[in-house]
Amino acid sequence: MSSYIVRRLIMMIPVVILISIIVFFIIQLPPGDFISGYAAKMTTSGEVMDEAALKLLRESYGLDQAWYVQYGKWIWGMISKGDFGYSLNYNRPVSSIIGQYMSLTLVVSIISMLFTYAVSIPIGIFSAVRQYSIADYIFTAFGFIGMATPNFLMAIILMYLSYVYVGDPMLGLFSPEFIDAAWTYAKFVDFFKHMIIPVIVIGLGSTAELIRVMRAQMLDEMDKPYMLTARSKGLSERRIIMKYPVRAAINPIVSTLGWSLTAVFTGSTITAIVLNLPLQGPVMYRALLSQDMYLAGTWLLFMAVCIVLGTLISDILLVWLDPRIRMRKGM
Amino acid sequence: MKTRLSGTTSWSRLFFRRPATNNAEESYYAASHWKLMLRKLMKHKLARISLYVLAMMYLMVIFANIIAPQGLDSYDSENLNSRPSKLHWVDPQGNFHFIPFVYGLKSSRDPVTLRKIFVEDKQKWYPIQFFVKGTEYKFLGLIPGNVHLFGVEDPGRIFVFGTDSLGRDLFSRIVLGSQVSLTIPLVGVSISFFLGLLIGGISGYFGGFIDTVIQRVIEIIRSFPTLPLWMALSAAIPPRVPIVHMFFYITIIMAFIEWTELARVVRSKFMALRNEDYVMSARISGVSNARIIRVHLVPGFMSYLVVTMTLAIPAMIIGETAMSFLGLGIRSPAASWGVLLQEAQQMENVALYPWKLIPLGFVIITVLAFNFLGDGLRDAADPYK
Amino acid sequence: MKAETATAKQSQDLLQVEELNIHFPTDHGMLKAVNGVSFNVYRGKTLGIVGESGCGKSITGKAIIGIQPKTSAISGSIKLGDVDLVKLKRNGREIRAIRGSKIAMIFQEPMAAFSPLYTIGNQIMESILLHRTKNKKEAAMLTVDILQRVGISNPEKRFHQYPHEFSGGMMQRAMIAMALSCEPELLIADEPTTALDVTIQAQVLDLMKQLQREFGMAIVFITHDLGIVAEMCDEVAVMYLGKIVEQATVREIYKNPKHPYTRGLLRSIPTIGSRKERLESIEGTVPIPINMPPMCGFFDRCQDRIPGVCDKREVPETQLSDNHRVSCFLYADTDNETEILS
Repeated sequence: MSSYIVRRLIMMIPVVILISIIVFFIIQLPPGDFISGYAAKMTTSGEVMDEAALKLLRESYGLDQAWYVQYGKWIWGMISKGDFGYSLNYNRPVSSIIGQYMSLTLVVSIISMLFTYAVSIPIGIFSAVRQYSIADYIFTAFGFIGMATPNFLMAIILMYLSYVYVGDPMLGLFSPEFIDAAWTYAKFVDFFKHMIIPVIVIGLGSTAELIRVMRAQMLDEMDKPYMLTARSKGLSERRIIMKYPVRAAINPIVSTLGWSLTAVFTGSTITAIVLNLPLQGPVMYRALLSQDMYLAGTWLLFMAVCIVLGTLISDILLVWLDPRIRMRKGM
Repeated sequence: MKTRLSGTTSWSRLFFRRPATNNAEESYYAASHWKLMLRKLMKHKLARISLYVLAMMYLMVIFANIIAPQGLDSYDSENLNSRPSKLHWVDPQGNFHFIPFVYGLKSSRDPVTLRKIFVEDKQKWYPIQFFVKGTEYKFLGLIPGNVHLFGVEDPGRIFVFGTDSLGRDLFSRIVLGSQVSLTIPLVGVSISFFLGLLIGGISGYFGGFIDTVIQRVIEIIRSFPTLPLWMALSAAIPPRVPIVHMFFYITIIMAFIEWTELARVVRSKFMALRNEDYVMSARISGVSNARIIRVHLVPGFMSYLVVTMTLAIPAMIIGETAMSFLGLGIRSPAASWGVLLQEAQQMENVALYPWKLIPLGFVIITVLAFNFLGDGLRDAADPYK
Repeated sequence: MKAETATAKQSQDLLQVEELNIHFPTDHGMLKAVNGVSFNVYRGKTLGIVGESGCGKSITGKAIIGIQPKTSAISGSIKLGDVDLVKLKRNGREIRAIRGSKIAMIFQEPMAAFSPLYTIGNQIMESILLHRTKNKKEAAMLTVDILQRVGISNPEKRFHQYPHEFSGGMMQRAMIAMALSCEPELLIADEPTTALDVTIQAQVLDLMKQLQREFGMAIVFITHDLGIVAEMCDEVAVMYLGKIVEQATVREIYKNPKHPYTRGLLRSIPTIGSRKERLESIEGTVPIPINMPPMCGFFDRCQDRIPGVCDKREVPETQLSDNHRVSCFLYADTDNETEILS
C-alpha cells in the first residue's frame, strides 16, 4: 500500500510542474499588467504617473521581464524560500493572504460537504428502498430542481427569504460586531447562523447529484444475486440492506471524497462572491480582475494541486475499500 | 440460462416480442437504430415534453428579433423598473374586448416609501396589435426588417415581464438573450464533440505511446478547477472587444474544458468495442480498419456520445450564466440570461422588483429540459431496455 | 390401498407443496409462471425438478423459502410440518428463522451469489451467527470446520479470502458450505452446477451426495439436465409452462416415460455409444403463459396431440401408479374423460 502511495506521489510531480507553467501562462495572458491597471486608476483619481515612474515600478516587481523568466523566479522563490510572491493589491506577501482566508474556506467547505453526505446518503438509500413511493418522487423532484438552479441565484433567494422572515440577510460569515472579536460562545452561535445559507447553497448542487448517484447505485446493487443469497440465510431486510448494497453503493461515493472536497472548495467561489463571504472566492475574483498575478496564480495553482491531491486520496480510498482493486494493484 | 426474475417488465420484455408478427412489429425490427431510438424517446413522457419545450426555445432563438417587441438598445427612461403590464379584456365601462389591451401608465410616488411606482391610467388604453412596425433589426443577421409579432400603439407601452433599472423591456431582452444563452452551449458542445471524437478516437485506436501522452494532457487539463479556470480565462479576454468576438471567446473557453470528458468517453468506448466479438469477426473477415471504425465502432457509441453531449449542455448553460452574472462573460449591452440576472445581485432589486428573477426561470426550465432529454436519450439508446 | 401407502409416507414427509400458484401481473394480463404445482419432499430423499428455462422451476424453488420476486402474487400452500410457509409474512421473523436453518438454498452462479466486498468466512459465518451461536469465536471455528467438510483445503486461510480469490468450483463448494452450515433439513439447489466445468460439476455432485448422506437432509434439485437427475435424484418432477406434467421415481421416468414432453426430453440427451445421425430436439418454442385458454400448453409442439381434445380443456392429472402421475389426455381415465365430455 505505502509503495503504491509513494509511486503515485512521485507521478504527481511532473503533473504539478506542468500545471504551474500553464497557470502562469494563463495568468499573464490578459493584455497589460497590474501596473497599467493601477496607473489607469490613478489617472481617474486625478493623479498622473509618468512613464519613468511606471517603468521603475515594473522593474521593481520584475514585470518587465519575459513571462518565463518571471515564472522561473516565482517557482524558484516557492521552492527555495516558500515565497509565493507578492500581492500588489494587498501589499502583502501572497502566503499571508492565503493563510488568512484558507482556514475559513476549509471550514466552510468541510461543513458543506458533511452536510451533503449527511443529507444525501440517507435520502438516496431511502429513495431506493422505497422506490416509486411518494417520498421517492418528492426527493427526485427536489434533486432535479437542486441540480438545475445555479446555486449563486439560490443564494440570493435564500438571502431574501432570510431578510423577510428573520430580518437579516445573513451576509458574510459574522455579524459586524463579531468580525474582530475573539472566539466566544456568542460568536460561535453567530457564525453558525451565518453558516446556514452558505452551507445549503454550496451543498445543494452536490446534494442533489449525490442523491441521484446513491439511489441509482442502490437500485443497481439491490438487483444483484447476492441479495437473494443474503435473504436465503435468514437475515433481516434492514441488515441485508445496510451490510450489502449500502456498503457497495457507498464505496464509489466515499472514494470520491477527496475529489468532492475540492469540488466544494472551488464550487464555493461564486457563492462566496454573491454572499460576500470572507473566503477565497472573492479574493481570487478581485485578484483576477486587477491582474494581481502572483496572488491569482498561486491561488489557481493551489486549487489545481488540491484537485490532484484529491484525486490521489480518492484513488487510495478506492483501493482501500474494494478488495478486488486491492488485489489487482498487487497489494 | 437466466431464470432470475427482476420484475414484470423483464417478463413482458422477454415474451412480447416473439409471437407478434404483424406489420408494426416487423417494421420495428427493420427500423434503423436512430429511428428506434427516436421512437423509444417519444415514449418517455418527460423527454417528449422536454423536446417540445426545447423546440419552442430554439424557435424563439430563430425568430427572436420578430418576437421581441423591442430591440437590444431600446430603453425607456420614463419607465424604469416598471412592473409587468397587466392584460385586460374588460374596460372600465364593462365592455368585453376580444383582443386584450393594456392601460397607459402614469408614475406617482408611494406615499409611504416615497418610491416611484406606476399606476394604470384607466383613461388611456391600447389594444394589442399584431405584426406592428417597430425597431429596425436584421433577421438572422441578414434580412433587414422592422415588423414585430405584437406591440401597442405609441405612446402606450407593453412590458410582458416588466423593465429593468434602465427601462429596458425584460421580455425583449430575455428573448434576444436566448440567442446567446442557447447557442453558446450548442456551439461549445459541438466544438468539444469534434475535439473529443478526434483526440479520444486517436488515443483509443492507436493506444500505446500516443495514448499515454494524450491521457496525461487530459489529466492535466482536468486537474484545473473548472470555475476558477473559467474565471481566469474570461478575465484574459480584453475588455471592449466586439460582441461577436466575445461570444467566440466564451464558447472556446467552455469547449476547451469540456472536450476532455468526451475524449475519455470516446477512448474508453473505442477500447471496449475494439475487443467486442463482432469487431473481431469483422477483422478476421478481412474488413479494413477504416471500414471497421466507420461501420462498426462509431455507430456503436454514437448514441452514447449524443447522450453525453446532451447532458453536457446544462453545465455549459449554467457556466455561461454564472460567468455573465459575475461580469466575466457576455457584457452589456449584449444580453444573455446571465447578464439579465446581474441586476438580481442586489437583494433590494429582488425584494422590490421580483420580476427581475424571471430569467432564472428560463435558465431552470432549459437546464431541466436538457437533463430530461438526456435521460430519455440514455434510456432510448440502451438496446436492452 | 392408496390411502394406506399415503399415511405410511406421511411420516417421512418433510415438505408438502399443494396447488402452488405464482402469478405476475403484467401490462398484458396475468403471467402464470407457476400454475397449480403440487409435490412432496421426503426426509433424506432428493426430488429433481426438470424443465426448460422459464418453465417456473427456479421460482418454485425460491418460493419455498419465500424469496420469489416482490411483484409476484403467490397462492396455494407450502407446508413444512404444520407451518404453511405461504401464509408467513414476507421477510418476516418466522420465515427468516426457517431460512438458512431448516431450509437452505444454493444458487446457480456462485460468483454472483457472494458479495465481492466481504470475505468468504464473513459471509458463511453470518448464517451460523444468526441460527446457531452468538459467540463469534465459536462461529468462526464452525465455519472453518464446514469449509473443511466441503473439501476446501487450508480452510483457515480461505476463511479470510475474498470471492475473487476463489475459483468457480471452490466458490460453489463455499456456497454449499454456507448452505449446510446450520445443518438444514432441506436443501434447495437451483442449478448448482450449470455454471461449472464438467469435471468440476462431477466433483460438486459427488460432494453433494456425500454430504446428503452425512447430514441426512432432503434435496430439491432444480436442473434442466436429465443426466444429472439420473445421477442425483430419487424422484423427478418434469415441469412445463408452470405445471408439473409428469412425476415419478427416477427409474420409472427413464424406463417408462409417459408424457410426450418427457419422452422428447429423454430423446434429446446425447448418449455415448449410440451414434445417431442427428440429435433429436423438440420442435417449436415455449408459448407465453399469459391469458392462456384452457388447453394443454404442450399442444403446439406435441407429436401425439389429439386436436379437438387437447386444445379444448384443461388437462386432468392421472395417477398411473403409486409413484407415477402424468398430466396428458393420452392417459386420462375414461370415466374422467366422459365426465368432462358430458
